[in-house]
Amino acid sequence: MSQIGVDQWVEQSDERRQDYQGWTAPARRLFDKLAPGGRLALFLLVAAAYPFFVRGSDVRVGITILLLAMVALGLNVVVGWAGLLDLGYVAFYGFGAYFYAIVASNQLPAHWPTWIAIPVIVAASALLGALLSLPSRRLVGDYLAIMTLFFAQVFVELVRNFERLPFVSDDLNLTGGPNGIPGVFPWELFGFSFNTFHRNYYLALAFVGLLIIGLHNLNDSRTGRAWRALREDTLAAEHMTTPVNRLKMLAFAVGAGIAGLTGTLFAAVQVGVFPNNFNLFFLITMYAAVILGGSGSIPGVVLGAIAIAYTPELLRDPGKAGWLFYIGLVVLLVVVVRRWERIAATVGGVIVFGFIVRVVASGIWDEATMGEANDTFISRLIDDWVLVLGAQSDVITNYAFVLAVVGMLTVVVASGWWKIAALIPTIYLAVLVWENKLAFQPSITRQLLFGGVLVVMMAVRPQGLLGTKRVEII
Amino acid sequence: MEFFLQQTVNGLTLGSVYALIALGYSMVYGILKLLNFAHGEVYMFGAFAGYGVLTILGGSSALVVPVWLAIMLMFGAAMIVSAAIGVALERFAYRPLRNSTRIAPLISAIGASFFLQAAALLMFTANSRSYNTPSLIAIETGIPLGPIRVWMVRVLVIVTAFVLMILLTLWVNRSRTGKAVRAVSFDREAAAMMGIDVDKVIVVTFLIGSALAGIGGVMVGLVFGRIFHLMGFVAGLKAFTAAVVGGIGSIPGAMLGGLLIGFAEAYTTGYISSTFQNLIVFGLLIVVLLVRPSGLLGRPELVKV
Repeated sequence: MSQIGVDQWVEQSDERRQDYQGWTAPARRLFDKLAPGGRLALFLLVAAAYPFFVRGSDVRVGITILLLAMVALGLNVVVGWAGLLDLGYVAFYGFGAYFYAIVASNQLPAHWPTWIAIPVIVAASALLGALLSLPSRRLVGDYLAIMTLFFAQVFVELVRNFERLPFVSDDLNLTGGPNGIPGVFPWELFGFSFNTFHRNYYLALAFVGLLIIGLHNLNDSRTGRAWRALREDTLAAEHMTTPVNRLKMLAFAVGAGIAGLTGTLFAAVQVGVFPNNFNLFFLITMYAAVILGGSGSIPGVVLGAIAIAYTPELLRDPGKAGWLFYIGLVVLLVVVVRRWERIAATVGGVIVFGFIVRVVASGIWDEATMGEANDTFISRLIDDWVLVLGAQSDVITNYAFVLAVVGMLTVVVASGWWKIAALIPTIYLAVLVWENKLAFQPSITRQLLFGGVLVVMMAVRPQGLLGTKRVEII
Repeated sequence: MEFFLQQTVNGLTLGSVYALIALGYSMVYGILKLLNFAHGEVYMFGAFAGYGVLTILGGSSALVVPVWLAIMLMFGAAMIVSAAIGVALERFAYRPLRNSTRIAPLISAIGASFFLQAAALLMFTANSRSYNTPSLIAIETGIPLGPIRVWMVRVLVIVTAFVLMILLTLWVNRSRTGKAVRAVSFDREAAAMMGIDVDKVIVVTFLIGSALAGIGGVMVGLVFGRIFHLMGFVAGLKAFTAAVVGGIGSIPGAMLGGLLIGFAEAYTTGYISSTFQNLIVFGLLIVVLLVRPSGLLGRPELVKV
């Protein structure tokens, strides 16, 4: 957030409206010309056509994307609009999922019909959200964050440890403890069972569409404006007679309701719920989606959810993951260095550096080039350049990983040709670590990526890909 | 009585470790008003650094150097590694965001914490490691205390923690840099105008706080044996609770809070059930935040407009 004076702010008002610069300008101009309804229609059209062009397993991926989009849209209400850092958000998602799993499985003798269960669960989640916001209303910023993080922890502890309610009945197994609840029934509305991936996909898509319309209107409403006032300056908002506490509570409740709804769908699609579905990792995934796309912006959050939920699929297949890694490397190189002669120098330097390392290493130690290359196009291509270690690969790649991270940090602080000098070994080490270790560890790669996304986005572009830059007027 | 004494010693050991970690939270919060979520991970890397040194020296059953030297080296390595990570965090994750929105550094901190966890998972895998301390310092050694005998390792941990806390208090209250730290945490802008190099003070704070967390990591490894890549998360939360209970920003508060949390946890585990130990600590935090948000020894924060 940059700081400018009032006069400057007024003076720049025209520029702000037509601020299309850089290589994304044409796409953004086109995007802005389209009315919100048109954008939504375009998105829904593409999304509705998606299952016709892909295999069945990819429809499952589509559902994951849509569910993440739903829950991220809800998180966006709390974090993006009201500016409350709610780290307990994953608990509401878990609450909805567990609630649905308990009333729609063989866990209890009685099964609730879907048309009763869903409204009750959504209302209960919203109520829980409002309730948990009560102690939080006096707390700001960090305290709110840590308090809600504790709620998330408490939720996981509760479902894991208290499968039997104390003092009630010994036969009643509510949450299934660490084993979770398997065999959750699908949604069933008006005699129509959502028991295939295709049906659930369209169900989720319908919800995403409704949510987008609802939230778009909510954002433009009195309440939405009040939330933004709250986010920008709580004290000033309060002095303008904005009911701050009620608005905070409402933001929590709306967010929690959406999370609860998504949770029920998640439980039905996964045909079960387990305590580990609702841990810190999923919280980070949601935050990465909101932050990457642009917190506060509905299209941004949907875009973020698509990118974040699709990443694991790309990483799972070593061939695709390789392309993702090397294309990412090239894009980063272009963004960091910018000038073409320096880019060329860096690429040349990396190639030469690699061959020198290879010659030296294989001269000293036979095992250095003994490993099997990955069975993918790029890996075979560079097999004669990068070291694929035979023995001791774990220890050496660990050191290479640490050095690569140190190298990246050096690149951030260095400037001019020093930056290039730091980039050359860094890129080489990154490739070495990738080919020897990361390519086989998709889930760890994903964690590193999501954590890195949060840090880098905050430093480089806190408004996210599609968000609007926030300017503080002093 | 015997059982009670045992639990008290447990609580004192746990509490001194929590206090060491809480100090880092509290000092950083005092200066930057920033919650360093990644502090728990700094502590975890300290524990692994200690383990690495122990392995290089031949492992706990076949040491090539005297035991006291090995332990000193472990503490030293943990301090260096943790301090380096802490300073890097400050420089790359927090400093660029110092004039940003209040929410931005928090998100950055969560991201950094998650990144460090994944890095540990990549390097050390998900298997837990053991210091195997009993073969380092025999379990029969110790100081008799009434009906029970306190294991030498526990004595070492408690004494070291208290010595460090006393040194830190002296440093903050008596030394020139300590005075600068207090000045910056009181009013950063005014301190900068008095010619204090604020950036340097912040780096020193991160350095000391992280080094203490690293020592805490080795202590946990020595006493409880098991270290793993997720150990930082829950310990970090508890240490944060300790800092809040004592009054965040207050150094004696962090020590008091750490000991209180340690005792609460030990007695809950001993007299009720270990299932409840985390819930009790969380409950304590919530009660303190509601009843006395400034903590036991903290000053209520006044907001200037």
